[in-house]
Parts: sequence; structure tokens; C-alpha cells
Amino acid sequence: MSAVSDQLVTFAILVYLVAMISHAVEYALGNVRAVSARITPARELVGAGVGGAGVDKVDGPVVDAPATTAPAGTPPSTRPSRSAGRARLAGRIAAGLTVLAAALHLGALVTRGIAADRMPWGNMYEFVLTVTWIGTAAWLVVLWKRPSLRRLGLFLTLVMVLLLAFAELKLYVPVVPLMPALQSYWFIIHVSTIVFSSGIFLLGVVPAVSFLLRNGYEQGRRSFPYTLARRLPGAADLERLTFALHAFSFPIFTFAVIAGAIWAEAAWGRAWGWDPKETWAFISWVVYAGYLHARATPSVRRNVATWIAVLGFLTVLMNLFGVNFFFTGLHSYAGVE
Amino acid sequence: MTTVEDRPASPPAEAPRRRPNPLLALLRNSWRQLTSMRTALILLFLLAVAAIPGSVLPQRGVNPENVDRYFVEHPDLAPQLDRIGAFEVFGSVWFSAIYLLLFTSLVGCILPRMRDHVRALRARPPAAPKRMDRLPQHTVLEAPGAADPQAIAAVLRRRRWRVQVRGNEVSAEKGYLKETGNLLFHTSLVAVLIGVALGSWYGWHGNRLLVADEAFCNTRQQYAEAKLGPRVDSADLPPFCLTLDNFDARFLPSGQPESYRATVTVDRPDGSDRRTADFSVNSPLRLGSANVYLLGHGYAPILKYTDRYGRSQTSTVPFLTSGDANLTSEGVAAFPDANVDPATGRRDANQQVAFEGLYLPTAPDTAPFVSSRFPEERNPAVVLAAYRGNLGLDAGIPGSVYQLDRRQVTNGKLKQVGDRKLAPGETWTLDDGSKLEFLGTKRYVTLSVRHDPGEELMLGACVVLLVGLMGSLFGRRRRVWFRVTPPDSGSPTGGSSLVSAGGLPRTEHPGFAEEFASLVAAVRDDGRPDRRAREGVE
Ligand code: HEM
Repeated sequence: MSAVSDQLVTFAILVYLVAMISHAVEYALGNVRAVSARITPARELVGAGVGGAGVDKVDGPVVDAPATTAPAGTPPSTRPSRSAGRARLAGRIAAGLTVLAAALHLGALVTRGIAADRMPWGNMYEFVLTVTWIGTAAWLVVLWKRPSLRRLGLFLTLVMVLLLAFAELKLYVPVVPLMPALQSYWFIIHVSTIVFSSGIFLLGVVPAVSFLLRNGYEQGRRSFPYTLARRLPGAADLERLTFALHAFSFPIFTFAVIAGAIWAEAAWGRAWGWDPKETWAFISWVVYAGYLHARATPSVRRNVATWIAVLGFLTVLMNLFGVNFFFTGLHSYAGVE
Repeated sequence: MTTVEDRPASPPAEAPRRRPNPLLALLRNSWRQLTSMRTALILLFLLAVAAIPGSVLPQRGVNPENVDRYFVEHPDLAPQLDRIGAFEVFGSVWFSAIYLLLFTSLVGCILPRMRDHVRALRARPPAAPKRMDRLPQHTVLEAPGAADPQAIAAVLRRRRWRVQVRGNEVSAEKGYLKETGNLLFHTSLVAVLIGVALGSWYGWHGNRLLVADEAFCNTRQQYAEAKLGPRVDSADLPPFCLTLDNFDARFLPSGQPESYRATVTVDRPDGSDRRTADFSVNSPLRLGSANVYLLGHGYAPILKYTDRYGRSQTSTVPFLTSGDANLTSEGVAAFPDANVDPATGRRDANQQVAFEGLYLPTAPDTAPFVSSRFPEERNPAVVLAAYRGNLGLDAGIPGSVYQLDRRQVTNGKLKQVGDRKLAPGETWTLDDGSKLEFLGTKRYVTLSVRHDPGEELMLGACVVLLVGLMGSLFGRRRRVWFRVTPPDSGSPTGGSSLVSAGGLPRTEHPGFAEEFASLVAAVRDDGRPDRRAREGVE
């Protein structure tokens, strides 16, 4: 079973990679005029799947390019050029491949869980595997509700390929069972919510970075990173999606941290002990609270606020990887030199 | 804490004064600055940054051994860092200053908002603006006959709007929950902080190791390490005693631990209130006045040493594990009073004896005997080196009871005189005719006993915090108005009255257009379902 899981991960990475290439093709072929011609009014974005209350409805004109169904009869006035047609095809293939990759990815998780006879969240490797899957699944929900955002898939698949390859190369460990200290339902609650919210934060970074690029582009910057955003959805849309994802994830993350404290009280006798993991969870929480504040403060520009969200994700990454690499073991102070 | 609670009371008192006192003006300005959103943002950011050294540098509260090691490895830097509290970041002056300022700002921020919110809750939804068409959402519908403001109000009330009818106008508002939630959230942050403060002032904890059949009572002296909050006195510790009756550990065939269970007898120092209780890793023993947590466990070999004069002493020595899953443990059994010459009754400081080495619950069948194969006792053995000489216990330097004083070995005052592996029941005769017998082992557990009076408050505050946060993030405040213009006032539509409607989202609410449309539709359908009103879409 665990060998099956390993193979599935490899396949998933490959499929993400092909999806990424396909997205890149779409991007390269994409014709701005053809896309902006198909502006349709108010589409609704409801709930990122579970719970959903956090995701804003977005109105105002948005670019609509359905991912799965071709529009029956394109009006002549907005007939896309041939390359735009091919771009759309590439984009749809990319979306389909992402679905396939997500299925393989899920298969890898399930088989890993069966092999270990527990939830697959016992170590960093499994943790990254799960977080990335949540990110992809949430992305597919967003894509389904808002096909116009499909071009973000390029960045999403890039992130997935990088993270999964990193997990595969650097973090891989064979299947081992769970310690008794971890055998608590609070642990399950804590870890599942941490994984879930981290996955959404991970997804949130994609529109956040895209917004920063697109915003620069819309303000007339035409130098390198901003030109990447030429064919991205509008900055305001990206910004709203960024906020929606973070607003959705933040309470879950808050709950996860509280659940962790409750579990730590029972297992270690103290709810909060400032060990490096706890410290970085605190830092992430404070940074995300800062993001929500900044966004609610009119005098703070939206791109500044969005930078804070990106910073927040860097602290989440720090907790996932950095803390495990730098601060564990006997030489937990080694990170300082 | 007191600053947090007291400060906000002062600024409103300043307000009525008219005289332009520069000091007061300065104070007022600083206060305004402090309670601004921008300051809150900066302080939040500072708080995050200030926490970083707490994860990079070893912290006394988390890992004192690492702090000691850091001092050894960085003899120049460490004292400097220590002076600025870098090894106790979360108790340092600067960290405290940041969060106290932040919470002062927080209180200064929520108090006025609470007042405003209470006013808003009491107030009735405001009158309609003259020009509805200036509102983000507006429409005009035509209602047959005279439309009734009360009927419109009823529709709104059914949808849980707060409604006010003024003549031919209906004002309605919804989404007070957002601000309520936000205030609850921020207030509960203060409550969490108060909980933390209560815990550190009135809480205490102690750690110790307890061997099976031994007892200890809850006094400061009986802990290996104890910390009492500044408002706790040794005499305040609740009187109880614990005896470890049994410790049961189960392991899977792979050696992976499956479950731990400690059984203790709890009573008062005078022996009253006797009862037994079980607890394990994830379910501590909750005594009401304190909680007892099971942190670790191990084996304590029982060693009987018979010195060259034939006098024997038995010692049960906990051997400590160093994180090895198969419980390879290390320890030292010291017999400083060995070899007291019965003729003179004098202790010879150079004839002291100690045994240092390993305990292996499941020793391998063949050498080397350096690590255990399984955490249960399937083939137990101690592997010990004998030392004779001066143990260095009288030098006045506090040493660990779990380690020999290495200096005595290096300076030749303590000499190794052989080593051996012993199974239970085996006896080792040393070169001087003295004997060591390995009698067996006892289980021991390491316990942490704690009392944190802030815990309930923190837990309750966390629940409120979450509820408030959801309300704050997902609540949306918005207003709608309907104005009925009756048919007789020169309406061009003859027998119909016109109803103009307008809507204003007061917080970001991208779905408001849909909500407004469905509200208007409900009002229209509530009037005459048979007739389609002409809806003026902008
Ligand atoms: C202890 C530090 C603080 C934390 C952790 C914190 C956290 C948060 C969070 C997570 C939100 C998001 C909820 C929402 O968007 O409605 C929020 C909103 C808000 N906070 Fe704070 N806060 C803190 C201190 C402050 C302070 C000092 C102020 C006043 C200056 C303040 C004023 C506000 C306001 C006005 C909102 C509502 C923003 C909106 O309109 O949505 N907070 N806070």
C-alpha cells in the first residue's frame, strides 16, 4: 500500500506538471482582446465548498470563460480569434488535468492512510501531502464557481509541483504508526483543522500574489514581473478572492490553534508553552490578524494589506518546514548562527 | 494588567475640559494615536516580530538545558543576550511592553465602539434619504392601489430586519451582529490575557519523579523543580499525597507504545480521604485543586551493594531514558557511605563506591550491550562500570544524582574498577571482595503537578472569541428604505402608487445587489401577486 501511495504521488506530480504546462500554453496563446470581449455581468461565487460562509459574492462585470462546458454558439461580435480558441482549449485541458492530478493525489493520501492505519498526518511528509491536496481541492471548488479565474491555475499548479517535489525529495519518510501522546481526538481535531486552514491559506497566496502583479500592471507598470499579469483576471476580483479565502480560513486556523492548546493542556500539562511550533503559530495568527485589520483600514492601501497576507503565508511555511529543520533535536538553537 | 484596565477611564474625563492645557492636549493626542487602527497594526506587527527570537534562541521556560549549553558555546554573546531577556523573551520587558500597549490600544478602541454600538442598537433605523436614486441600490415599483407601508414593514420583519415606519416611509436595518461579534471578539482577547495573568500570578507547578510504591506529598520541598506564581505561598499548596501503586505500559509488537496507565492512591497528609485513581498521557488526574500529568516513565533497578566489611545497602535508582523508544536508560547508583570501617566508624572518602551504566529492559543476546531491543522487560540487564574513590560529593558543587562527577574521574580521584552485565538475581563480586547484586526493577513515572486558575476563563474566552470572530467576519450591516407615494398625489400611473426603494450596504457586501433584488421582489409579490409591477432597473 505504501508503495502504491509513493507511486501515486509521483504520478500526481507529473500530472500537475503537465497541467502547469497546459496552463502556460493557454497563457501564452491567450489574447487579451478576445477575453475581455466576453464580459458578462455578475457571477456569483458561493462558499469555498465546506461551510462556505466566508466566501464573498462578487458582482460587477467579470470575465467569464466556463471551464467545462463550451458556450453554445459564440455571438459573432465576440468570436474569439483562433489562437484564443486554442488557448481556451489548453486551459480546459489544464483544468481537467488538475482534476486528474487531484484524484491521484487523493489516492496517494488514502493509500498512505491505509498503509499506516491512521489519518495520514503523522509527519511532515504526510502533512505537506495533505495541505497541498486541500489547496488543490479548494482551488477546484473556486474554479467551478468562478471559471473566469482559471488562469490562476498556472500559479497554483506551479506551487503544487514545487511543494510536492520538495516533499518527495526532502521530506519523504516510510510509514510509521502514531505515538500515544498523539492518540487523542483533540489531536485529530487540531491537526485536521490546521491542515485544512493551511491548505486554504496556501490557495489564498495564489490570488494574493496574482493581485500584487495585476495591480501593478493595472497601474501602468510594464516591467518584468508585472507583465506576467497581463492576462490575469482583474485586480479587484483577485483582491476579493484573496480576502474571501483568508477570511474563510482565519477562524478555522484560530480554532485549530485553540484545539491544539486544549490538547497540549491534557497531554503536556500546559495549554501554551511557547515552543517553536507554538511560537510560529502565534506569529502566523498575529500576522493574519494584521492582514484583516489592514484590509479593514481605509487608509491602508490594498496592496500593502495583501503583502501582509503573503507574509502570513511565509510564516505558515516557516512553521511547516523551518521549525522542523532548524529548531528540533538537541541543537534546537542551531538556527541562530 | 492594571494599566489595561485603568487607562481607558481617564480620557473621557479629560474631554469636558475646555482650557487648552498643552499637557492634556498632548495626552489626548497620544491617546488618539494609540487607539488608532494604524497603531494597532504596527503593534500587531511588532508583536509578531518580537516573538521570533523566542523561537530562534533557546528559552528557559521551554528548555533550560539548551540555554545552559548556549552559554557554554557562546560565552561572550550569551550574557549580553541574557541581559536583554533574550532567553525569556515572553516574559521580557520589551515583549510585555508591546502587548500591554496593544491591549491598552485595544481597550481604548473597544470602549468607545461599545458605547456607539449600544447607541446604535437602541436607535431606530434612520429616515430615508431624500433621493433614493443616489443610493448604491435603488429601484421604483408600481403597486396597484394604495401600497401599505405597514405591509412592507411586515415583509421586512419576517426577514428579521429591524424596521421603523415613519408615515409613508419604511426604514430597515440589519446586520448588527457584525459589530456585536467584533466587540465580543476583541473583548474576549482581553479576557484571554486576564486568564493568562491569573494563571501566572496564582498558578503553580512542580515536577518530580515517583518510583512505584513511593509516596510524595504536595509541598515545595518534595518537587525536583517547582515554580510558584508571585501570589502563591508554599503554604497555599493544597495538601494531598500521591502513592504510585502501579504503572502499566502496553506496547505493540513493533515496540511502539500503545497505552500508558498510572494507578495512584491519593490521600491527605494525615491519611484521610483515601482513594485510588487512574490516569494516562492524554487524560490527566484532575484533583480539583491541581492536575497531575503523566510526562514519562522508566525503570528503576534495585541494587544491593555489600561492602568489604559485609555491610549492605540497597538502593532503588531511577535510570533515565534519553528519548530511546526501547527505553535504554542511563543512571548511576552511588554508595558514598560504603566501606565505613566498623572498627573505627570512620568514613573513608577515598573508598566510596558508585556504579554507572545502562539498564536495558530487553538486552540483546550477544554483545555489545549498548541498547535495548524492546521497551518491555523481556531480557532485563544492567550493564555497569564500578568506580571506587572519591565521588566528589563533599566538594560543595551541586551535581546531578543521575551522573557521576566526571571531574573526579579525570583528575584520578575516582577510578574505574571493572564492568559487567548483570541479569536480575545475579551477583557480581568485585576485586576487593565487595558484592553487587541486581535484585530487579521497579517502575517509575515522571509527573507534573499543576494548578492554573486562569484556565476556565481562557477556555470560555476562546469560545466567545470564535463565535465573535465568525459574526465579525461574516456579518454584514446594511440598510434599506421604502417610500410609498400614494396614487392621489399626481401619479402618472393613475390608480397605482409608486414605491421607491433604496439600499445601502454599510460594510463590504458584494452580494447585496442580489439580496436587495430579492427583497424588492418579496415586497412586490406581497402586494398584488397577480400583477407584474414595472420595475425600474437602472
Ligand atoms: C490584540 C490585538 C488585536 C487582534 C488580535 C485583533 C484581531 C482582529 C481581527 C482578527 C479582526 C477581523 C475581524 C473583522 O474583520 O471584522 C479585527 C477587526 C477589527 N479590529 Fe482588531 N484586533 C486587535 C486589536 C485591535 C485594536 C487595538 C483595535 C483598535 C484600534 C482594533 C480594531 C478593530 C476593528 C475596528 C475591526 C473591524 C474591522 C472591520 O471593519 O471589519 N483591533 N481585529
